Amino acid sequence: MYKIAAIGDKDSIYGFASLGLSIFPVDDPQAAIKTIRKIVDGGFAVIYITELLASQITAELDRYRELPLPVIVPIPGVKGNTGLGMKSVSKSVEQAVGSDIFSDT
Amino acid sequence: MMINVNPTRMELTNLKRKLVTARRGHKLLKDKRDELMRRFLELVRENKLLRRAVEKGISQANAHMSVARSVMSDKTLDVALMLPTQEMSLEVTEQNVMSVLIPHFDTKLKTADENDIYSYGFAFTSSDLDVAVKALSDIMPQMFRLAEVEKSCQLMAAEIEKTRRRVNALEHVMIPQYEETIKYITMKLDENERSTTTRLMKVKDMMLSKEHNYI
Repeated sequence: MYKIAAIGDKDSIYGFASLGLSIFPVDDPQAAIKTIRKIVDGGFAVIYITELLASQITAELDRYRELPLPVIVPIPGVKGNTGLGMKSVSKSVEQAVGSDIFSDT
Repeated sequence: MMINVNPTRMELTNLKRKLVTARRGHKLLKDKRDELMRRFLELVRENKLLRRAVEKGISQANAHMSVARSVMSDKTLDVALMLPTQEMSLEVTEQNVMSVLIPHFDTKLKTADENDIYSYGFAFTSSDLDVAVKALSDIMPQMFRLAEVEKSCQLMAAEIEKTRRRVNALEHVMIPQYEETIKYITMKLDENERSTTTRLMKVKDMMLSKEHNYI
């Protein structure tokens, strides 16, 4: 049985707490990396992370890209949205097809 | 580009067998790549749509949350969301798509009523908080599907890349190499045979001339 986590600045992820997700309010990229490493071992299958935070630790997130679990999904936060989520989809397309054929749609 | 081998009949047989295997492997891998690509493109399309829907939903929820935050004191809000009544957990099963294991999630809730998402009494909180929580709850199923699809896309992209490299290596390196080497050995063997024949003819001539005093 796996749990679900939300990581990011407190304002962006507070709402998820009432839905039954475990929330980890973090602002600092280093702390975020630590938190992710800790909760990956703690039986979390899905981790939602705010784009602002995710954009600061892309190297760390790329490590989990090709593992079956956990799934790390960037979501927009209250501030600092970078469009990282869409970029990561485009990245997959580029990796598979060779060029981003869906960029305009 | 040719493999460095002795031009013998045994090598020739081995190489021919390898070439057959390489051709079959190439065909299979090509089929695998095409099918993976078809599914991948389907998934990516879904992924984009889902992402757009989820991002829109979350920003709406965030907007309501901001309003709630401005009407209520931080402390009241903290207290309201401090002890969640609901707890979500996931059952993860793996699905095998063309030898890529993609995860599939089933959500489980702690309480039977899935509308049991308000962890606070309604007396001291703003209705914007309710709207925000409801909005998040509404897009939750989509968010799980997004997690599923996004992971599948990433895993499939990696697998497609790998398969494509294999296909290309077989098509442009291995198979031409084998073909060339096989051609080389066949030529060499034929040449040997011809030289043996001429030698025999020559020896026969010599013997005949010796016997009958030909020229």
